[in-house]
Amino acid sequence: MSTTATTAPRTAPLATRRRWRLKPGWLVLNSNVLLTFLFLYAPIVILVIFSFNASRQQAVWVGFTVEWYEQMMRDERVIAAAKNSLIIALVSTAVSTVIGTLTALALDRFRFRAKTAFEGAMYLPIIVPEIVMAISLLVFFNTTFNLLDRWLGLTLKFGLGTITIAHIAFSFPFVAVVVRARLADFDRTLEQAAQDLGANEWQTFRYVTLPLLMPGILAGALLAFTLSIDDFVITFFNAGIGATTLPLEIYGRIRRGITPEVNALSAVLLLASIALVLGSALLQRRR
Amino acid sequence: MALAEGVETQPQPPASLAARLTDWARRRTGIKLSLVLGPGAFWLLVFFLIPLGVVLAYSFASRGAYGQVIWRLTLENYTRFFDWLYIRVFLVSVWIALLTTVICLVIGYPFAFVMARVPRRWRNALLVLVMVPFWTNFLVRTYAIMLLLRNEGLINSALRWLGVIEQPITMLFTTFAVVLGLVYGYLPFMILPLYASIEKFDFTLVEAAQDLGASTWQVFTRVLLPLTMPGVVAGSILVFIPSVGAFVTPDLLGGGKVVMIGNLIQQQFLTVRHWPFGSAVSFVLMAVVLVSTMAYFRVGGERRV
Amino acid sequence: MGRVADVELRNVSKVFDNAVVAVDGVSLEIEPGEFFSLLGPSGCGKTTTLRMIAGFEMPTSGEIYIEGRPMGETPPFRRNVNTVFQNYALFPHMTVADNVAFGLRMKRVPRDEITRRVREALQLVRLVGFEDRYPRQLSGGQQQRVALARALINRPRVLLLDEPLGALDLKLRKEMQLELKHLQMTVGITFIYVTHDQEEALTMSDRIAVMNAGRVLQVGTPLEIYERPSNRFVADFIGESNFLDGRVVELNGQRATVLVDDRLPVPARVQDGLAVGEQVTIAIRPEKIRLHPTGGEGAEGCVPGRVEEVVYIGTDTYYLVRLTDCCTIRVRVQNSQNRLDSGEMVGEGTEVLLSWLPETAMVLKA
Repeated sequence: MSTTATTAPRTAPLATRRRWRLKPGWLVLNSNVLLTFLFLYAPIVILVIFSFNASRQQAVWVGFTVEWYEQMMRDERVIAAAKNSLIIALVSTAVSTVIGTLTALALDRFRFRAKTAFEGAMYLPIIVPEIVMAISLLVFFNTTFNLLDRWLGLTLKFGLGTITIAHIAFSFPFVAVVVRARLADFDRTLEQAAQDLGANEWQTFRYVTLPLLMPGILAGALLAFTLSIDDFVITFFNAGIGATTLPLEIYGRIRRGITPEVNALSAVLLLASIALVLGSALLQRRR
Repeated sequence: MALAEGVETQPQPPASLAARLTDWARRRTGIKLSLVLGPGAFWLLVFFLIPLGVVLAYSFASRGAYGQVIWRLTLENYTRFFDWLYIRVFLVSVWIALLTTVICLVIGYPFAFVMARVPRRWRNALLVLVMVPFWTNFLVRTYAIMLLLRNEGLINSALRWLGVIEQPITMLFTTFAVVLGLVYGYLPFMILPLYASIEKFDFTLVEAAQDLGASTWQVFTRVLLPLTMPGVVAGSILVFIPSVGAFVTPDLLGGGKVVMIGNLIQQQFLTVRHWPFGSAVSFVLMAVVLVSTMAYFRVGGERRV
Repeated sequence: MGRVADVELRNVSKVFDNAVVAVDGVSLEIEPGEFFSLLGPSGCGKTTTLRMIAGFEMPTSGEIYIEGRPMGETPPFRRNVNTVFQNYALFPHMTVADNVAFGLRMKRVPRDEITRRVREALQLVRLVGFEDRYPRQLSGGQQQRVALARALINRPRVLLLDEPLGALDLKLRKEMQLELKHLQMTVGITFIYVTHDQEEALTMSDRIAVMNAGRVLQVGTPLEIYERPSNRFVADFIGESNFLDGRVVELNGQRATVLVDDRLPVPARVQDGLAVGEQVTIAIRPEKIRLHPTGGEGAEGCVPGRVEEVVYIGTDTYYLVRLTDCCTIRVRVQNSQNRLDSGEMVGEGTEVLLSWLPETAMVLKA
């Protein structure tokens, strides 16, 4: 999931371009682009529009209202779920960013036995279907909790803790991949220059390596945050009773029937993540 | 070097001060490595590999009368999967995933082509526009499709208002809805690798082919398509894998009428409480995914990021 | 000698993991205040040697001494040497001032002293006013000077420079050569300079070590290296040489006669330990050979030949002359003393006589 696919610019000679563009095929191609964007964005836009619809009958536009948003903000279940989502996302982002960055450094800087095996295993959480990871954690937590209960009399339950652990498990490999991509272009002579100028290993890391890796680490953190706040499947299987996140709340409401409040809640989640991504894109461009 | 390369210490004759120093340095490298690698290795082992191992173990166990797991080694969970009931689920999943992949490819290839050929200043904007849906909540986007497709949804209302139909067309809870939802969800996964490989394509080759008398169609099939094959393979795998293991989309858009492997697993774990069978099904799904991933690396696709 | 060498290498070798022998038994002594160059083609081990002195690589065997102390596995940050990297390796996330101050900050030098010394260092390299720029906002030459200031501010005992002018264009490179030499004389620090550019090495160095295939072939002043190359590689790599293989047939005072190809006697310089009958190679610089018209006076000791090709290169003209029944030889004649003035053109096909002073024809043992 590369955020940017930057390759060296290769502008073809003008003649080629012009010839290809003047063909009627371009019309078909361009309409394909328009229709695709329509396809990608129309459902989202319609969802947002209808979250402001005054009617409970959603197919017909009656008038503008923010009532559903007001209701949503008064809804304690929603507030609790939002709080849970945020706590889980912040904790799992922090932990998976640290773990992911360290793992990337280990893979880039050290040679060790079973490195290839470790790398392969690290990509597995990215490849394995979510549902499999979800049930494996469910089974694991369940089994472990049973054993702990039986052997040590320790009672542990599904909840925020299990969700957070699960989120870290699937997001830190993503962070590692992003940071490692940054490390791959890292100019090692900069570190040698620092050492040459009297910086010991820690100082080199602190003043040269880390600042230069920062954009990659931030991108990884953003990815981890988004993955966590959006996750449904793995959370669904590992939440237990009582701990609800925003996606779980939305899912529960959808199953019970489509209401305008769900639209409002969905719209908020949608716009929040779009704002987050565009904001960070702008921030990175300014750097 | 900062976080020095692990095994770069030099062999020295033993019993000298240098040897002791070397040993010390080597030990320190070991400590550093375990500090840096440790947390990731720990998390991967304890919260990913061991759970998978437990599931694997469960898949060979039996189910007791009350849904508890009985540790009696058996292959019956796997043989049970060959019941037509489950094979059908499996085939439906693969069929839906393949259909999704092909549709994404048909939409995505021309799209990526245009994206790679527009002036550079537009390219990044288009790229961001493709990326944004990927960064937004999948559940919410599935829900947005639901809103459009249901009987009281916008499409049916519009068609009725136009007088095209009198009775609403049932679109929700059909295979069509599931495929649409999956295409909607995973189209960016197809477009991005395609774009990456078409962008790298040297378009003077088109001129060369035309110069040698190739028609536009021949240019496409003989030059462009073969050279952008890594992108096609990567995109197809990236769409196929999450589609075949989909759970949310068939759950919401299939509404129990379209059952895919993901739903079967969920049923076995949460409704039927037959964990050993659910585990076996999970491993069958894993096998499908791993085989297709391996096929991808076999074809020598580009490194995915 | 009394003085301790700033840097001394004793039989240093470096074998990389892939069994490539990068440096093979190198011994060098570099005196305080010297401008010392390591010169050789790419892959000759010169950069690896420099990196071992800096501490980025550890020798597989042998020992490196800096100021008389054996370095062992001392890490780079505890060596009193600083490096100017080939690509400058300026920290892209720091301003010029922060780059220059880096070394002092790492040593926790008081803040006001840092400010003062940064200023001095920037004055030294004529970059005052550029403190707040970032490296990417500087030209190649300016980046080069920041790299110098960043290294010199630490007042190292030895400055190591790894092809620091390689990335600059020709004109700027010439300017920087002089500037570097001046700088070195101003600060009085020992410079160890790695380059593959022989002209650069000859222009700037007090002494040069010519390296090839991991070994040091000759160490000497530019004059010694150029005028008295000790072997064929040095004679070929530094400047140009014509090589003639033959057998010593006569020794006569300062003058030896070598029979080339068993038929052509040519004069050469006598050298210690040379014996009649020995197989040798003669190396003659193209610019030390003179062309004469045939039939004139002074034909004795001259070698006859025929001009096969004339290449005009502006300041000089090259003549490719085929010696009778033998090999070809390149002759380089300055155009100031050439044909048009005297009205005589030496054209292709012209029969000529070649002569040189015997002491300019160096005898290299096989």
